[in-house]
Amino acid sequence: MNENTTNDPIIICEDVHKWFDDFHVLKGITTTFKKGERAVICGPSGSGKSTFIRTINRLEEHQRGTIIVDGIELSNDLRNINLIRQEVGMVFQQFNLFPHLTNIKNITLGPIQVRKMSKKAAEEAALALLERMDIADQAYKYPAEISGGQQQRVAIARALAMEPKIMLFDEPTSALDPEMISEVLDVMRELAHSGMTMLVVTHEMGFAREVADRIMFFDEGVVIEEAAPADFFDNPRHERTKLFISQTLQH
Amino acid sequence: MEDNTLTQEVKPPDTSKGPVRWLRDNLFSTWYNTILTCLGLVLLFFFFRVFFIWVFTQANWAVIPAYLRTLMIGPYPIEQVWRIGIVFCTLLTLLGLSAGIWRDRVLQIAIAIAGVGLFLLLIPLDVVKEGEDTSATLEFNLNIFYLIFFKRKWLLGGLVLLAVTFLIGRDKNTFKRWIIIGWVLSFPWTMIILHGFGKNAVSTTDWGGLLLTLILAAVGIVACFPLGVLLALGRRSQLPAIKWVSTVYIETIRGVPLITILFMGSILLPIFMPGDFQLDKVIRAMVALTLFSSSYMAENIRGGLQAVPSGQVEAAQAVGLTYPKTMHFIVLPQAIRAVIPAIVGQSIALFKDTSLVSVVGLLDLLGVGRTILGSSKWSGNYAEVWFFIAIIYFVFSFSMSIVSQKIEADLGVGKH
Repeated sequence: MNENTTNDPIIICEDVHKWFDDFHVLKGITTTFKKGERAVICGPSGSGKSTFIRTINRLEEHQRGTIIVDGIELSNDLRNINLIRQEVGMVFQQFNLFPHLTNIKNITLGPIQVRKMSKKAAEEAALALLERMDIADQAYKYPAEISGGQQQRVAIARALAMEPKIMLFDEPTSALDPEMISEVLDVMRELAHSGMTMLVVTHEMGFAREVADRIMFFDEGVVIEEAAPADFFDNPRHERTKLFISQTLQH
Repeated sequence: MEDNTLTQEVKPPDTSKGPVRWLRDNLFSTWYNTILTCLGLVLLFFFFRVFFIWVFTQANWAVIPAYLRTLMIGPYPIEQVWRIGIVFCTLLTLLGLSAGIWRDRVLQIAIAIAGVGLFLLLIPLDVVKEGEDTSATLEFNLNIFYLIFFKRKWLLGGLVLLAVTFLIGRDKNTFKRWIIIGWVLSFPWTMIILHGFGKNAVSTTDWGGLLLTLILAAVGIVACFPLGVLLALGRRSQLPAIKWVSTVYIETIRGVPLITILFMGSILLPIFMPGDFQLDKVIRAMVALTLFSSSYMAENIRGGLQAVPSGQVEAAQAVGLTYPKTMHFIVLPQAIRAVIPAIVGQSIALFKDTSLVSVVGLLDLLGVGRTILGSSKWSGNYAEVWFFIAIIYFVFSFSMSIVSQKIEADLGVGKH
């Protein structure tokens, strides 16, 4: 546990199931994330790890079980969904920046339209965030004009501009050239030290070992192992985990 | 030293060709290409020779000046023409303000329009009527002051207003909202001013010529847009009722020729109307054109919606944007930008399709042409009249096409 972790639960998942047509993607996930906790979720592709974090801000709908985020249960009530989405920031593998808006407008859109912040205040906050991401000079360019690593940092700034309580990262470095991965991981590391609650789906095991409080290993829709990084890497209990670790650490 | 070769600037090889080289590569590369080129040139020569001989020696262009006013405004009474002048000045005022505020393309469009206006203002040609009959000729009139300050006073006034309002509007960014409202209100304003009240009112049955064509096209093009957006979103809706209604509407209208819709508007609609209530003929045509055009517009926009990746919607949802705001700020701007060529193509098609209203008895540009040819004196001059009308259609359509290309370049279609 890091120095920021508290004992207050902020996300409570209870027997979460999800199907894509007949395909059972999530087979009863039960877990709790605490305020300030940094969880890394890993596992082979198709194991349901991305689907799982996407259920937390309702980009995917779960079909059984309950998810409670920051005291609000996720249901079909649109108002609740939008309330939760304001508190949960998300960073995507493909960045998903809005290509027709400048970087700074990408960032200020949410605060102005959802948080009803004034344009001036939102822009000041956005510039401060870009400064923090070390790309203040890219504010007035379009996403297509900057590198992948810079785009992902703009995307992180866009999520942070909503001042969320939780940040979800869905394979944030998987679409990046190797030389750009570290600049994004640096930003995430800094964010982790600031005390943000983070759920990170990633294959970056170095990052996981260094930053995570807990590593959850998904396979075929279930969490087959979860442990602190030291335990997870040095004493994996499950055969599937051992295989995964030996394969990923070879690289 | 070797590092230098890495950083040295290397120019791309020169691939440009001289005109002689181009001719040889493209037109005379082989013996059969040379024969084809020569054959083509001979055909072109004969075609243009016949064409120019007709234009300059055989055609009787007197019909155009004789009916120039009719072609422009149809049977609109001449003592009420000041109404058209007011509408003209209103539009140029709005254009001037817009040019001052938005600059860039709007300014270029304004300058182009001002250029055409200045040309029309300054050419020393005048229509001279000869006696009571309708024959007339274009003649040089060196009394240019008389032309500019009396016969063309509305054009002069409009151009002056355009220049003045441009200067007023310069950098008044706070006016933006008002100017947009002004453009929207210019539609009802145009209708009211052109129609007027009381004993001087001009019935819409007297609207005609290019004036009517432009009004019908403008209303059709502008009004079908919001309707098309709603239908496109409706067809993609997850609510079955909305999806079903939108789909049925689009497919029904698309499956029927425009002319039948115009006939339904002009013949069937009055039967269903209660009592003496009669919806105006021109308004019925406007409604028909809008309904027809909106179904095509909906499909164009739906194509654009499908081009927007789902990640865009997810990213918008993830920051908590509601559905209307996601559509407004994220999806529609990208979708519409992707289909601007299709939208402009459709607008041009609609502009030309307005000519079909002549079939239901409206005197648009084409309808007016038919009535002119109906008079016995000019009945043999159909080629001249149709040619002149075709040129007018072409000038407007081609202008729209150029403006759209410029807008595409500005928006960086395919770039951002």
